[in-house]
Amino acid sequence: MEPKGTLWLPPAESTLAPEIDSLFYFVYWISVIIFALVVIAMLIFVVKYRRRKADEMPPHVEENKLLELSWIVVPTILCLIVFTWGFQSFLRLGTAPPDSYEITVRAKKWLWEFEYPNGTRATNELRVPVGRNVRLVMSSEDVLHSFFVPAFRVKHDVMPNRYTAVWFNATSEGEQHIFCTEYCGTQHSGMLAKVIVLPQEEFTEWVESGGGKTDDLPLPEYGAMLYQQQACFTCHSIDGTQVIAPTFKGLYGSQRAFVDGGTATADDNYIRESILNPTAHVVQGFNPIMPASYSSLDERQVSALIEFIELQQ
Amino acid sequence: MSHTASSAHSAEATATHQGSENYLNHIKTVWSWMSTIDHKRIGVMYMITLSIMFFIGGILALLVRLELMTQGQTIMGPDAYNQVFSMHGIVMVFLFLVPSIPAIFGNFVLPMHLGAIDVAFPRLNLASYYVYLGGGVLVLLGLFAGSVDSGWTFYAPYSTTTNSSVLFLTMAVFVAGFSSIFTGINFVVTIHKMRAPGLTWNRLSLFSWSIYATSIVQVLATPVIGITMILLFAERFLQIGIFDPLLGGDPVLYQHFFWFYSHPAVYIMILPAFGVISELIAPFSRRAISGYKFVALSSVAIAFLGFLVWGHHMFVSGQSAVSSIVFSLITYLIGIPTGVKVCNWVATMYKGSIWLKTPMLYALSFLFLFTIGGLTGIMLGVLAIDVHLHDTYFVVSHFHYVMMGGTVIAALGGLHYWWPKITGKMYSEGVARVAALLIFFGFNLTFFPQLILGSQGMPRRYYDYVPEFANLHLASTIGSWVLALGLFTVLGCLIHSLMRGKRAPANPWGAATLEWTNATSPPVPHNFSAQPIVTHGPYDFEVLRDSFGGDGAGQGAPEPHIRN
Amino acid sequence: MATTSTVASSVGSGHAEPAHPAHLQHHFVTSEQQFDAAKMGMWLFLVTEILLFSGMFVAYTVYRVWHPEVFQAASKLLDWRLGGFNTLVLLASSLTVAMAIHFAQKDNRKMLITNLVITVLLAGVFMVVKYFEYTSKFEHGIFPGAHYASHELEMAYAPQFFSIYFIMTGIHGVHVLVGMFLMSWLVIRSMRGHFSSAWYTPVELTGLYWHIVDIIWIFLFPLMYLI
Repeated sequence: MEPKGTLWLPPAESTLAPEIDSLFYFVYWISVIIFALVVIAMLIFVVKYRRRKADEMPPHVEENKLLELSWIVVPTILCLIVFTWGFQSFLRLGTAPPDSYEITVRAKKWLWEFEYPNGTRATNELRVPVGRNVRLVMSSEDVLHSFFVPAFRVKHDVMPNRYTAVWFNATSEGEQHIFCTEYCGTQHSGMLAKVIVLPQEEFTEWVESGGGKTDDLPLPEYGAMLYQQQACFTCHSIDGTQVIAPTFKGLYGSQRAFVDGGTATADDNYIRESILNPTAHVVQGFNPIMPASYSSLDERQVSALIEFIELQQ
Repeated sequence: MSHTASSAHSAEATATHQGSENYLNHIKTVWSWMSTIDHKRIGVMYMITLSIMFFIGGILALLVRLELMTQGQTIMGPDAYNQVFSMHGIVMVFLFLVPSIPAIFGNFVLPMHLGAIDVAFPRLNLASYYVYLGGGVLVLLGLFAGSVDSGWTFYAPYSTTTNSSVLFLTMAVFVAGFSSIFTGINFVVTIHKMRAPGLTWNRLSLFSWSIYATSIVQVLATPVIGITMILLFAERFLQIGIFDPLLGGDPVLYQHFFWFYSHPAVYIMILPAFGVISELIAPFSRRAISGYKFVALSSVAIAFLGFLVWGHHMFVSGQSAVSSIVFSLITYLIGIPTGVKVCNWVATMYKGSIWLKTPMLYALSFLFLFTIGGLTGIMLGVLAIDVHLHDTYFVVSHFHYVMMGGTVIAALGGLHYWWPKITGKMYSEGVARVAALLIFFGFNLTFFPQLILGSQGMPRRYYDYVPEFANLHLASTIGSWVLALGLFTVLGCLIHSLMRGKRAPANPWGAATLEWTNATSPPVPHNFSAQPIVTHGPYDFEVLRDSFGGDGAGQGAPEPHIRN
Repeated sequence: MATTSTVASSVGSGHAEPAHPAHLQHHFVTSEQQFDAAKMGMWLFLVTEILLFSGMFVAYTVYRVWHPEVFQAASKLLDWRLGGFNTLVLLASSLTVAMAIHFAQKDNRKMLITNLVITVLLAGVFMVVKYFEYTSKFEHGIFPGAHYASHELEMAYAPQFFSIYFIMTGIHGVHVLVGMFLMSWLVIRSMRGHFSSAWYTPVELTGLYWHIVDIIWIFLFPLMYLI
């Protein structure tokens, strides 16, 4: 798809985005004009009235009350126009249409979980149907996060112990960035996700299949998929770089030394325990920061991840 | 360059001769500096300390930019990066920008603008310096004792659950706040009670007006950050459950508390800069500031309205839509007095006699950069646009245009303007101009790309970014080097001036405020050899007419131009 | 055309005016100017004190509006008789500090010292009562925030009430201690004869401070103990 963005703004991919963009460019061009007037006047005066003789005394200029008044009144009027426009759009951004399709969003350090009305779940990939009002009901499991899709021009903070919401109506199929914009710690910048906008039928099929068929996937492939979906990659690399957690490369079968002094070989059982109960054995040089939420993975998923890790040599 | 005219006035030289006793040389021991209650010496001590803070904050900024030069890891890991940008913010905001102009030039210049011997409470003044130093030491302890990675905003609950050296930093901010309060009280009382005979409110310099407005904000807003920091400290230490949602607290309440101080604090940082710019534009255009009353009162209006707009930092944080709308409206209102100032400064140059010396270059640079900063601020105040721009690089760039393009540029302009008065030495005009241009271009190269990055969706406080942002980040990093080169040139130029600079005349710029017309460079220990009696306004250049000479300023007057 | 004119007397050399009072600092012209400046500075400082507490009053109000029933129930756990007694103690001390200023103006050193000492003692009584209040709360497991372990009141947000109670009364208590310290210092200076009707600025300013500490308690007492 052709990118339709401009110098200043990314492509507008939701129904409300063009409205916000025209407001943006309205304010932008007024600002450019005001800025140009100030700078041009300044430059003209600097050249025209430069000091020619050391002891020259410039003539007395009577202050112009009308001029003084005009740069109070004109900006005030401009501001009121922009304000009115701005808050009307703001209200539209804040009020989801009643027929919206609701998706629950849970944010935690450092991934996004999406849950659909039928219980289908996905991590870091938000699939939505094109041309339909979608409302996200969001909450956080730990600190503040903020849900931001630049292409849709929507953003809202996500808080623990409280629900907040955004809504949008995607106008074309494709993938868009989701960023976390409220600082949340080490991997704040790694808390990325994607919105995948699908045709309605494709979307329905995907939701009803429970997030895509995985039963017939071979375990290593399923593991690779989970590695992406569960956002393991945020902390565990597979190319050998040590981010904030041990890399998966060469992990299987290696000797692990723990902070409590013990050692163990990284076999199936060790990895299984590390996924389900991450703080049981913390490897030297790392902090116990892995969330406990992976204990909800089912048996086949754990096996798939172990198979996947075994392959990273 | 001043030989012709100086002889004309030498006969009138008063008892104090240049090169004889002044505030710098009348007593020279280290202890005499550490225990001084002379506002000029305290100003100089602040100048040195704040320069060190600015240097530390600046190095941290360069590290941030260097890390962001390429995608992924460039020089440090994510944890280190988070600590570096947090410390950059904390050092720059609480230890540099908040004290900056009032502490350095407010201390040095304000009493002289008022024709006073000192501030109202000289000992309190010294105490606020040491309290500030205590706050600075606590920050540095926090820097070395562990990792502070909460950003300068300390948002709960992140700050109440992350590494414990946040405790040091909350205490440091609390302590530094006292310094700010003491300075504010001191200046308000000084302006009310210490004015020279004849110095009516209408003859007050615009710098004094802006310091007055700033001090009132300092007195009224700083206690709130004090209590916020106490509550955050208690939250962290005793788990009191006021801010932490996991204990039933409300993180949005923390944001309200924090911004109730921190938005007025923005005006604590920028209002003094407005004052400096007025002081620069008037003598270098040789015209009284157009719309004096509007400019003076707009400072007070900004100070007042500044208390009512804190909620515009929280449009997407979960405060009610009604409060967002009210805060947005008042945010525009505060743009108006600011615009009035900019228009009046430009109008002052109309039919003036414009002298492009280094301080004036900084003033013009300020007008350019601050106008961008102000207009981007208006864009951020538009509710629907802010939803898109909030917490992106657009915001980062906006406040750097205001804080660095505004406050720091004004401080540099003020430094070059008052340098001859403070040190009694002139600096190399050519080098200083080159530095000013380097800073101007470096600044724009650093921060203009960030405006585009932000509106394209690049979130702030990111250690890494998606590929489409790479080129603009690279440009910004290169800009930061040009900017740093410019700042180091200023440092070199001023150090050279200290060692080799020509002796400064009393009034090298032909300015009409009392520190230039009635005092030597550098001033005597008690500022004036005789109590000034004020008979004209601060920008009444007409009365100085017969002292203009040399290369166009008051260089003809090496001694104070006092005649009976 | 004169820019400025000069006055005859030279200033700042420390030997200027005849009959220069000992307490007049070099940078002031008259005693009145010095006294006005000091008083204005003190008032500004008291404004910051009020703002410091208003931050906490806002926190109190916000939580009370959200959970009025919890705050009503929780305030019943506080002993209004002890709080009321302390209110009377502070009111009495405000009176004695006002008397101290009065006697300073009258050059009555003995009564000045007596009244200052009584004020310090009353402040001490206040702190002792406060100590017993705090310990009895701790015995019942009433701690701020997450450490709250009382079985008398097991409502959500009761910990918040006591967090605010302990922080506000705690910071107020620190102010009382500072006041006691200042007034003891005044007693010593009065004994040395530093104050007279010509100059008693420290007494006046400490008195102002003490009234503010008192007034803050006047607001704290009904908000915490009664409603």
